[in-house]
Amino acid sequence: MTATALIRLSLTDFRSYEACALELDGRPVWLAGPNGAGKTNLLEAVSFLIPGRGLRGSGLAEVGRRMPGEKVGRAWAVSALVRAGDDEVRLGTGVEQPGAARRIVRVDGEPAPPGRLAEHVRQVWLTPAQDRLFLEGAADRRRFFDRLVFAAEPQHAAHVAAYEKSMRERMRLLTDGPADPAWLDALEARLAEAGTLMAEARARTLAALAAEIGTRGERPFPQARLSLTGDWERMAGEGVDFAEIEARLAKALAAARERDGAAGRALTGPHRGDLSVIHAEKDRAAAECSTGEQKALILNLVLAQAARLARAEGQPAPLLLLDEVAAHLDSRRRAALFDEIEALGLQAFLTGTDEMLFEGLAGRAQGFRAETSGLASIG
Amino acid sequence: MAASAGPEIERLIGLLSKLPGLGPRSARRAALALLKRREQLLLPLSDALSEAAARVKTCQVCGSLDTQDPCAICADPARDGTLICVVEEVGALWAMERAGAFRGRYHVLGGLLSALDGVGPDALRIGPLVSRAAEEGVREVILALPATVDGQTTAHYLADRLAGAGVSVTMLARGVPVGGELDWLDDGTIAQAMRARRPA
Ligand SMILES: Nc1ncnc2c1ncn2[C@@H]1O[C@H](COP(=O)(O)OP(=O)(O)O)[C@@H](O)[C@H]1O
Ligand SMILES: [Mg+2]
Ligand SMILES: [Zn+2]
Repeated sequence: MTATALIRLSLTDFRSYEACALELDGRPVWLAGPNGAGKTNLLEAVSFLIPGRGLRGSGLAEVGRRMPGEKVGRAWAVSALVRAGDDEVRLGTGVEQPGAARRIVRVDGEPAPPGRLAEHVRQVWLTPAQDRLFLEGAADRRRFFDRLVFAAEPQHAAHVAAYEKSMRERMRLLTDGPADPAWLDALEARLAEAGTLMAEARARTLAALAAEIGTRGERPFPQARLSLTGDWERMAGEGVDFAEIEARLAKALAAARERDGAAGRALTGPHRGDLSVIHAEKDRAAAECSTGEQKALILNLVLAQAARLARAEGQPAPLLLLDEVAAHLDSRRRAALFDEIEALGLQAFLTGTDEMLFEGLAGRAQGFRAETSGLASIG
Repeated sequence: MAASAGPEIERLIGLLSKLPGLGPRSARRAALALLKRREQLLLPLSDALSEAAARVKTCQVCGSLDTQDPCAICADPARDGTLICVVEEVGALWAMERAGAFRGRYHVLGGLLSALDGVGPDALRIGPLVSRAAEEGVREVILALPATVDGQTTAHYLADRLAGAGVSVTMLARGVPVGGELDWLDDGTIAQAMRARRPA
């Protein structure tokens, strides 16, 4: 197997783990154990091997191990030996002091900006937090979709950050002044540039996912028809060129100053976009499907992105983090999921409360039993 | 903190901890190092500080720091007066000088526009820049500002304000920062960015 995989993972004072080291062989990994045993914590540790705030989106002080009554977590570390083909790289991250505001990153022992992690590891994940994705507001769906985009194009995160920062700057000028037109022009130029980059990246991922899903018909997962409903993403999807979208966005923002100032937020831009998912066979919006169907639709999206990235040349194959996913699938779909993971050759990390869920992976994966005392290998 | 060190030492620690990069813990270590090495460190540092306080001033032309005003760069007839390079702070000017990639003159803005941090155009040395750019003989203003939102917003704003000054306004080539970090103030990178400048 040549796909990117963690072959050693160690945690120090991370959440419930005082010290934990796993030797892995590149095959999928499953973790079984009761609630609160530390399964999600382990996945979260893995999720700090890419830039960002991890799969729970927690603050750095929260993830450091805390004893009852302690408010600030200890200094913590996650390190991994990552194998990709014949190459190995050692990644480390954590905070050196309790309460530190920034996490440090080391690549082969050398300090590096967190963005460099994306050169070595990509991830896509699905967690119980996403169970209500189709029932909640657009912001959650945007964040979910942006994660998928980010796995394909790490610079997307920098564009989103630049966009949001410019938006806050502009809003401050619109509400508190000074209403300096040249200053507003300058900020709106940043918004238009970053916003167009965002819209184009989203449109690219959407097109690639739709194509991927289209070619993967004969599976027991529901097919989804996807679209991005925001104006700017739609323009990008229709192939309107960059300069044109950028100019139109800048113009729309300039025209909306008064209205945005009164509303206290920007009323147009890619921060307003949404993802629409339709159960193709039933021709029904995802929000109207059963809980199980919704879960299977999202899983299919995540798998499609993983499959697509697994084939991408010149970038790391993604790790697949599937927290509490197996339990939601009937046995036929569960078997199909396991087969697919094996066929993709990706290192997946799966969790569940019951070992029985992973019977279908016998001989094809590494299993660990999670207990409050730590992790025990069970072959 | 337990066991206070006495008001003089606490004052020293308090001041040191205000220095960039020093928190209360490293300030304590620094204070201790100074006090333990009185002859080699503490007294020479104290002299250096008073001397700097007495002699270093801000150049009225470019905003840099020097013991003379105009500063050595502004006063140097060998520097190319047709080029003005705009930097955020004196530290960036020093980095440019270390790289030896620029033979013109500078203009130190004193910060970047940021509505959230309460830094507006009036807080920066923008007026003097516009006047300098309009002076005879100035051909090009190079904006060497960071690739952050504040840096690029400020660059855009300056380009707008300089539009009537009859100079060409250029920007350093910038890379795409992954995760927003771009330390272009680095050895050969500056020289390369200077050569590959483009119209703002
Ligand atoms: N910062 C922390 N320090 C110590 N323990 C923590 C910390 N954060 C969470 N925990 C503990 O981790 C446990 C939850 O682990 P988790 O991985 O979510 O369990 P599960 O196996 O159900 O996924 C809880 O018992 C919680 O108290
Ligand atoms: Mg869990
Ligand atoms: Zn000067």
